[in-house]
Amino acid sequence: MQTFDLGAEGLRALNSALHALKGQTNMTSWEVVNPKGAHAIAAGVDAPVDITVRGSTGYYCAGMNKQATIRVKGSAGPGVAENMMSGTVIIDGDASQYAGATGRGGLLVIKGNAASRCGISMKGIDIVVHGNIGHMSCFMAQSGHMVVLGDAGDALGDSLYEAKLFVRGSVKSLGADCIEKEMRPEHYEALEDLLRRGEADGKARPEEFRRYGSARKLYTFNIDNASSY
Amino acid sequence: MTDFPRTPPRFSATFTPAINAEIRRAAATGIYDIRGGGTKRHLPHFDDLLFLGASISRYPLEGYREKCATDVWLGTRFAKKPIHLDIPITIAGMSFGALSGPAKEALGRGASASGTSTTTGDGGMTEEERGHSKTLVYQYLPSRYGMNPDDLRRADAIEVVVGQGAKPGGGGMLLGQKISDRVAMMRNLPKGIDQRSACRHPDWTGPDDLEIKIMEIREITDWEKPIYVKVGGARPYYDTALAVKAGADVVVLDGMQGGTAATQDVFIEHVGMPILACIPQAVKALQDLGMHRKVQLIVSGGIRTGADVAKAIALGADAVAIGTAALIALGDNDPRWEEEYRKLGTTADAYDDWHEGRDPAGITTQDPELFGRFDPVLGGRRLKNYLKVMTLEAQTIARACGKNHLHNLEPEDLCALTIEAAAMAGVPIAGTNWVPGRSGGF
Repeated sequence: MQTFDLGAEGLRALNSALHALKGQTNMTSWEVVNPKGAHAIAAGVDAPVDITVRGSTGYYCAGMNKQATIRVKGSAGPGVAENMMSGTVIIDGDASQYAGATGRGGLLVIKGNAASRCGISMKGIDIVVHGNIGHMSCFMAQSGHMVVLGDAGDALGDSLYEAKLFVRGSVKSLGADCIEKEMRPEHYEALEDLLRRGEADGKARPEEFRRYGSARKLYTFNIDNASSY
Repeated sequence: MTDFPRTPPRFSATFTPAINAEIRRAAATGIYDIRGGGTKRHLPHFDDLLFLGASISRYPLEGYREKCATDVWLGTRFAKKPIHLDIPITIAGMSFGALSGPAKEALGRGASASGTSTTTGDGGMTEEERGHSKTLVYQYLPSRYGMNPDDLRRADAIEVVVGQGAKPGGGGMLLGQKISDRVAMMRNLPKGIDQRSACRHPDWTGPDDLEIKIMEIREITDWEKPIYVKVGGARPYYDTALAVKAGADVVVLDGMQGGTAATQDVFIEHVGMPILACIPQAVKALQDLGMHRKVQLIVSGGIRTGADVAKAIALGADAVAIGTAALIALGDNDPRWEEEYRKLGTTADAYDDWHEGRDPAGITTQDPELFGRFDPVLGGRRLKNYLKVMTLEAQTIARACGKNHLHNLEPEDLCALTIEAAAMAGVPIAGTNWVPGRSGGF
């Protein structure tokens, strides 16, 4: 276990050390102490390492992560795991705006609640939120899965493309072109896997969820749909 | 019946035949006009400025003997690896998707042969472009299509795009006709559907967030890459100041003459400011912050000749970027395709339906038959020739003004032909020492 005191050594030294791990097989377990809400902690990591951040983080923690498993023992600021490519990011507390924005792969787990625009423009990432998500979540979401054990705020899935959304609680309102869809066997199967990987298999069962997806009516620009936007 | 003189038919200056035709088109279709390119209206521009040249008070340099340097450093503020270009004329961001793969390759070839950079666009980085571009600027756009850390790291600079001159405040739409299998795969969307490009970034709002976003990108790339911030010409003083405050190495300022792959004609023609009005405001912001020449300024929008390059630099820019002019150099809108332009209901030099993907020149298309017509080697050579001519033209003017580097050109070398141009550029009307608006500031 490598212990890194962020308060003493600074962000540049941390990220530089983590980036240097690419292609290495030793030093696979890291602990970051004294994060104190710093921004861009463990951004741009590209190695199969485990990193535990003991405390809350600022903006863009684990941004563009590849391969690494990053666990935050606290809450995360805006844009956690933005544009993640692969790996796993687990937030024990809450996450601020834009969690998982534009993520292209990997798994983001938020044990608490996520604020607005969670999963905005997601492009393949899987997101499991144990609590609630805020308004405009999954706006223009292209692909991947969003699983919400709690409730969803206003305008869920506005201008959605092909991402699949599963919500167990209430949805305050659906955004333009987002509709409820039938749960088929493959969806229950996918959801079961996501709940298991999202450390939520003991908290909820697949049959408790509803599925939401794109009506695909806005896929081709049509002036008669202008009032829908 | 007496044959009195009759009042001849008189056209309205307000309801012109062109306006009336557009009203009829709108009434028949119910949709606004969408097109590519930049504004087509007449605007105060570099043509409204003249260089004074050397005389008794200033020495000229000998045209074919004395050196006039053209190189430029970009990204010297924070980046560990700033860019050094041989000429101050760069290729503006244009996407693969909007342009064909061979066209992107040709831009890379021409730029590299000229010692300058080219720029990706919405849709990510292609191998054609990276492979043929010695210096490649990677755009970081609101859509984040194809965005990934590997391409960030193999770029030579990163351009955070906040806006563009053709449509400041607007996003974009790549229509389904141009969404081939390859474009769809790169953007992670179904083939054949219209693809929206957002007008705002998904994970930051405002200049304070932008500062943190830039810091994140620097961390991911280990502070090696110059980071540009590109804005459309709307409020250039404040946008430039805020970009500097957010930590930009380079500000890219695009006037309303700058082109786009596609947007509403009403947007192109009625939003934004001409580049002539933008440059002095941006330069003043840099000077007020003590950052002129420390944070570099690249300007674009209607740059066509070496004279335009020299005038932009004289007003305080460090470099320029060209988009539309580069496409024309490659062969866009060439009269050799006139017969096909007529079949599309247009004519050479007026074709702007780039979004439809039926470009006879094979440049703004994803149709294999059409882009197969375009030779990227020849296209690259044409672009290189054009860049060479522009550079020689700019040097010719600079030497005549007694400057041994293009960057030594200054506003004092200029005068204006019109009151509008004088007020915008902040230089006196020819033959006077009057700078309209100078006493009132901006």
